[in-house]
Amino acid sequence: MTDPVFGPAPAQAGDPELVQLLTPEGERVHHPVFDLDFSADQLRDFYRDMVLVRRLDVEATALQRHGELGLWAQLLGQEAAQIGAGRALAPQDFVFPTYREHGVAWCRGVDPVRLLAMFRGVDQGSWDPAEHNFNLYTIVIGAQTLHATGYAMGVQRDGAVGTGDPTRDTAVVAHFGDGASSQGDVNEAFIFAASYNAPVVFFCQNNQWAISEPFERQSRIPLYRRSQGFGFPGVRVDGNDVLASYAVTKAALQHAREGQGPILIEAYTYRMGAHTTTDDPTRYRLSDDVEHWKLKDPIARLEAYLRRNGLADDGFVAEVAGEADRLGERMRRECHALPDPDPHRLWDLVHAEKTSELAAQQAEFDAHVAQFEEVH
Amino acid sequence: MVTMTMAKALNAGLRKAMEHDDKVLVMGEDVGTLGGVFRITDGLQKDFGEDRVIDTPLAESGIVGTAVGLAMRGYRPVVEIQFDGFVYPAYDQIVCQVAKLHFRSQGRIRVPMVIRIPFGGGIGAVEHHSESPEAQFVHTPGLKVVACSNPADAHAMIQQAIAADDPVVFLEPKRLYHSTKADVDEDAAPAPLWQSRVVRPGNDVTLVGYGPTVSTCLDAATVAQEEGRSVEVIDLRTLSPLDLVPVVESVRRTGRLVVVHEAHVTLGIGAEVAARVTEECFHSLEAPVLRVGGYDTPYPPARIEEAWLPDLDRVLDAVDRTFGF
Repeated sequence: MTDPVFGPAPAQAGDPELVQLLTPEGERVHHPVFDLDFSADQLRDFYRDMVLVRRLDVEATALQRHGELGLWAQLLGQEAAQIGAGRALAPQDFVFPTYREHGVAWCRGVDPVRLLAMFRGVDQGSWDPAEHNFNLYTIVIGAQTLHATGYAMGVQRDGAVGTGDPTRDTAVVAHFGDGASSQGDVNEAFIFAASYNAPVVFFCQNNQWAISEPFERQSRIPLYRRSQGFGFPGVRVDGNDVLASYAVTKAALQHAREGQGPILIEAYTYRMGAHTTTDDPTRYRLSDDVEHWKLKDPIARLEAYLRRNGLADDGFVAEVAGEADRLGERMRRECHALPDPDPHRLWDLVHAEKTSELAAQQAEFDAHVAQFEEVH
Repeated sequence: MVTMTMAKALNAGLRKAMEHDDKVLVMGEDVGTLGGVFRITDGLQKDFGEDRVIDTPLAESGIVGTAVGLAMRGYRPVVEIQFDGFVYPAYDQIVCQVAKLHFRSQGRIRVPMVIRIPFGGGIGAVEHHSESPEAQFVHTPGLKVVACSNPADAHAMIQQAIAADDPVVFLEPKRLYHSTKADVDEDAAPAPLWQSRVVRPGNDVTLVGYGPTVSTCLDAATVAQEEGRSVEVIDLRTLSPLDLVPVVESVRRTGRLVVVHEAHVTLGIGAEVAARVTEECFHSLEAPVLRVGGYDTPYPPARIEEAWLPDLDRVLDAVDRTFGF
């Protein structure tokens, strides 16, 4: 539609321009900019990662249904976007996730049981961010995009950008979703990153749904085009295509590490499951829609490609399935064994330097509890 | 010994902290070339460069949120919020992120950040420029909150807050920035940051203030002295943790306590002081603890702010009332 005074309206939200290297049917296609050669091992590793991460997600969902977790945020359908983004990282890169980046956590070596602990109510994040270069999950929507930008400003001050040393130059990834794109913090992060040319890659998984609100409620234009208004490039990638997600992220990270500034990646995907285990998507979306996206499944398309090209056979697929079974079994066992935290320690964790006020309250609590211990 | 205003004392303290530790950064709106709207960061960018004294886009949540990331990367950001009433866009980052990261990470993430806020009224300003939001931050576990009341404290306390490994909300009484000069011994060993202090000894009644109301309390003590009443004045200095050791000791002697702050009285610091003193000094109290503060209205138009703010007469009136029980 063209307005007689103001000109043409921008492209609508459903605009399908996607970077794609593997079609939903498992056909390898090529892209003039974002193309890579993948070794057979690399392709099999992507398959393995995605199968294991899907199993992690299914297992955690089942654990919640059995009452072992208070909540779980499913990643079902987003495996390719997350494994692609996660495997593209260099060891020194640093990632700021939302609460749904189980696949990226997997790539960063965070034990899935640590994710369970958080959703079980044992802790609020118990891996060491500095050990995995992967921050704790952030629940407030979009807040972490500012942390990522600030961290990237720190990277600049450390002189770890644009040196040409591939082991030193560092990029930072800020994960968020289509819902978060409406948050002030995300827009402020875009502004700060652009203003300082910070080495941060904004990786938005547009899974079409912010709980019950469709993407159209958040944006009238494709999300990747938002970056243009902030003065840096954006690209939309098929988020159900692990090869394209990997290739585009790798290029964006390199761009950031070289000191060329931020990039927005919109990984166009679909939340096949509920928002979390408390949600009921049948109240707000059509099953036809979900059926349509099942045909674009990220794992099925890679398996089709591997089999058709003789890169994987029944034996390989069975081997990965066996590994997934063992992962599921371990998650169940170790989830049940997670100890509750010690309430006496709460006051020790509030500050780096404990105050005498908190020490007094802690002593009061201890004395209160001890009273009952004496009775019993 | 150098004589300087509070503004100069803060500037000198910031400068010392930046010289002492090259991880210390200053960031905020107009803090660089301009030196801040109150000139607290005057000359720092010229001497320490744009990488360490950062003029930010005009977005408070963005300032505090990026400071979190800088802290995670090993820096010690000193964030300036231009005016008290502008801190609220950053409230979510301060309360949900800055305050909780150490706790939720079980101590793995430290946020050694200082959030400087010029606070309080009495400068004839327009709306949102005269507020006293301290209770909101004292009510938030994980934050520490301090307020300076004189140039010597300002000079020492800003350096101590920057050296602390916890996030500190640092409240500066803006009406005192340029009002009076005082001696600052830049080499003196500072008093501990987390302690309140008796600034005038007395025996008949205890007056407690912090930030801009300490001088009001001291003036009241002088006038009361002429009327034959000996007033002890205590500057709280630290609001979280709240150090009431000197207050409790004082009230056990005087039996009377008046708490004075510009913030709204309802659920203000005075309410917490009253509750704790009642617990600790119940048998020593000769009168209920009285509070003198801002009324429970939004901050008024500047032409009538002096009628709204706790002043000498209202403090003296409260002192009189404590003797009426």
